[in-house]
Amino acid sequence: MSYANDRLLLANVSRRGLLKGLVGGSALLLAARWDLGLASEKAQFGAGAMPGGWVDDPNVFIHIDSDGGVTIINNRAEMGQGIRTSLVMVAADELGADWDRVRAQQANADQDKYGNQNTDGSRSMRHWYDPMRRAAAAARIMLEQAAAQQWEVPVHEVRAEIHKVVHSPTGRELGFGALAQAARDLDVPGRDALVLKSDSELRFIGKESGLINGELTSAHPKAIDGEDIVTGQAVFGADVDLEDTLYAVVARPPVYGARVKRVDDGEALKVPGVRKTLRIEGTGQPAAFNPLGGVAVVASNTWAAMEGRRALEIEWDMAPAGDKADYTSDAYRESLEAAAQSPGKVIRQTGDVEAALEDADTRVSATYYMPHMAQAPMEPPVAVVRIRGGKAEAWAPVQNPRATREGIAQRLGIDKESVTVHQTLLGGGFGRKSKPDFVTEAAAVAREFEGQPVKLQWSREDDIQHAYFHAVSVDHLEAGLDADGKAVAWRHRTLSPSIASLFAPDPKHKGEFELGMGFNTMPFSIPAIRLENPPAPAHVRIGWFRSVYNLPHAWAIQSFAHEMAMAAGRDHRDYVLDLLGPDREVHNLTVGDGWNYGEDPDLYPIDTARMRRVIERATEEAGWGRETGKGRGLGLAFHHSFVSYTAIVFEVEVSDEGELTIHRADIAFDCGPQANPERIRSQLEGACVMGIGIALQSEVTFKDGVAQQDNFDSYLIPRMPDAPRVVRVHLIDNPDDAMGGVGEPGLPPVAPALCNAIFAATGKRIRRLPVGDQLTG
Amino acid sequence: MVTLTINGREHELDVPDNMPLLWALRDIVGLRGTKFGCGIAECGACTVHLDGAATRACITPVSAVQGREVTTIEAMADDAVGQRVQAAWLDLGVAQCGYCQGGQIMNATALLKTTPEPDTQDIVDAMAGNLCRCGTYNRILAAIERASGKEASS
Repeated sequence: MSYANDRLLLANVSRRGLLKGLVGGSALLLAARWDLGLASEKAQFGAGAMPGGWVDDPNVFIHIDSDGGVTIINNRAEMGQGIRTSLVMVAADELGADWDRVRAQQANADQDKYGNQNTDGSRSMRHWYDPMRRAAAAARIMLEQAAAQQWEVPVHEVRAEIHKVVHSPTGRELGFGALAQAARDLDVPGRDALVLKSDSELRFIGKESGLINGELTSAHPKAIDGEDIVTGQAVFGADVDLEDTLYAVVARPPVYGARVKRVDDGEALKVPGVRKTLRIEGTGQPAAFNPLGGVAVVASNTWAAMEGRRALEIEWDMAPAGDKADYTSDAYRESLEAAAQSPGKVIRQTGDVEAALEDADTRVSATYYMPHMAQAPMEPPVAVVRIRGGKAEAWAPVQNPRATREGIAQRLGIDKESVTVHQTLLGGGFGRKSKPDFVTEAAAVAREFEGQPVKLQWSREDDIQHAYFHAVSVDHLEAGLDADGKAVAWRHRTLSPSIASLFAPDPKHKGEFELGMGFNTMPFSIPAIRLENPPAPAHVRIGWFRSVYNLPHAWAIQSFAHEMAMAAGRDHRDYVLDLLGPDREVHNLTVGDGWNYGEDPDLYPIDTARMRRVIERATEEAGWGRETGKGRGLGLAFHHSFVSYTAIVFEVEVSDEGELTIHRADIAFDCGPQANPERIRSQLEGACVMGIGIALQSEVTFKDGVAQQDNFDSYLIPRMPDAPRVVRVHLIDNPDDAMGGVGEPGLPPVAPALCNAIFAATGKRIRRLPVGDQLTG
Repeated sequence: MVTLTINGREHELDVPDNMPLLWALRDIVGLRGTKFGCGIAECGACTVHLDGAATRACITPVSAVQGREVTTIEAMADDAVGQRVQAAWLDLGVAQCGYCQGGQIMNATALLKTTPEPDTQDIVDAMAGNLCRCGTYNRILAAIERASGKEASS
């Protein structure tokens, strides 16, 4: 079932056309989409192509008690995107459950049972909307069948309503609870027998509610974890409470790849509460998801462990770190800027760029820099592991439960069936908790304490100094304009260390999925284009950070398009609409991208009409073109990522002293069908704030391989005064396209839109992030 | 031994004098609604009330709170202002991941107790020490306005 084919192989038939309405929730038979007799063939795209695939068995996801309580299993990590509410709500709506009687239960790590659980790539809703609706529709039909059997009437005479089944001719009713046992014993109906609810029958899916642009419209269905969060009862990783718990912290090598040479734990062991110290072996470079190694201090409480760690005397062996111990950010940036002057590996080519640049009336050139950043979720990494009788049990805030389970199994030399991973709430993820190194680390400590749980806590210093850093990047662009300012040539060289360096010898070039994040998928219509990727070596653990390589690509491309518009003496919006060219669908393979976020290019082309619409909507809402007055300006940027479309306009003011005030943001967003608009809005509002930090504040620098920032006094992230008081989100009503991602696409255009607005206000061009003191200096 | 009064109850704890209140609450007393975020009073996730005033538990040694009233997020449901704040948080869907929100609510409640009708600048100033990586600031601001006497009387 996991790998049932969800790809229609109908040549010359527009699958998008066929699917229109389906994803919008119309009551169509699902047979056309799934039941093609190819169930054993692994899907090439979408949810079916993910490890573990999808599962839509109602017996796996939906449990109804005889008292009518409905439990819906959520198999995705909850890290603030609201998936525990949204996905459970999708199932509850289709089932017809009373929302007040629905509870969510978090799935343990088990992809064989629950399908893919790796929560990244903004995939949860777009991959699980259909399976959860099918599971719930199947459960609803089983309840109807059970009622029909009990009343001895034809099933077409009965109908599920809210939390009950009704026999229309006689008015008899039975609650879901009364039918639960009988329904459970029935066969699950085939997918060809499922009919989904029509839009008019839905109560929650696609319905706006809650706070919309500052106005409370209507009450939104209560958030699954809302009450627990505001009363302090929600259980995050560190809140797991097991008897006899030991507490551990780890002193890790200051430089990637270094090892412990000598340790004196004499003073540490004198700290009251400290039980033991032990060495954790790292696995060298590349680190993958393995611990970095170091010295663990185990104590009767977290504070004692931290005090013990302070008292350790450790001599580090830097030799295994190699050139990582020489890594210094300024020198590295200069080396990338120098490398950007020479041609690199050609990624995409149309026409003769060099000739077109030579012939151009005007040439525009710029180099952009984005630094390393740490994800810095408010909950630092933490995990609890107990090992007993050859079996391991972990409680942890992880985005990737399968990798967590396998990492523990591998470290302990046991099979994965002997490892149970309970997924807690995540106090933020942003990609950091895609890497379960901290859980494996806890397992490495817990194996020394048979039967006793070990809670391993990272401090904020640990988190920032030993992050899986967002890749530093240099992007060098050159364009040629004709006498009318029209773009005739576009050359873009992008340089960043690759995430692949985490798993294999450093390829020094970006991989397909990295280039596919807005670099080779650049949709502008320009006659001569050459995209190149010169080499850039990695010196630290590089990892996913919300939106990943879309961040530098959008930052550079959207800033540069603005520079071109200024060079052409044109209005920025008008200019980029011209750059986009006529409305068309750009197939990813035609621009050298074989990835397309894992999605079917026929279902998910890059649709420049959708891009145009978000640009038009954001600029209209922001009052583009109006007189803003001295020191004020509007700035625009837009980007396609995670198969969704975002455009942002900022209005900013910069005083004569260089003090920046962000007055307002207008965000237009098209993700196709919207499952839970209330949480889509919250994701875009949050991305706006996080993006402001990327633009203005956040940077991790290295000196001799050591991160120079270690807490929120040196690694800055936005605070309430930094956020614009007016953030308006404009959702594009588009039920007809396939569903796109939500958690990440709001972030990439924020920094370039803000810097373009700063230019509009001041004439000062920002090419190096963060802005920091560049406006006052 | 130190004696702490937490949410109206006395606790005798066998901990070093310099142990921060945060870790005494979490690891010794077992009240885990107060969160660890930075350890240096930069993020506010550990905010509690000390004799009613918002205080960062991560840098406050237990020795400094003997004989004083410690109130944590777990007690806010029994507090009239706390209830209003919690209700406003739920009405406006403030929380995303929720990790920082206990500290935000403690800080907001302390603000409303001293300044029942804060203006926007009062709120921004008072909340500037509480970080939220999810970026829920505008909803926090709106929820504080909603919970305030200003909103109630308007």
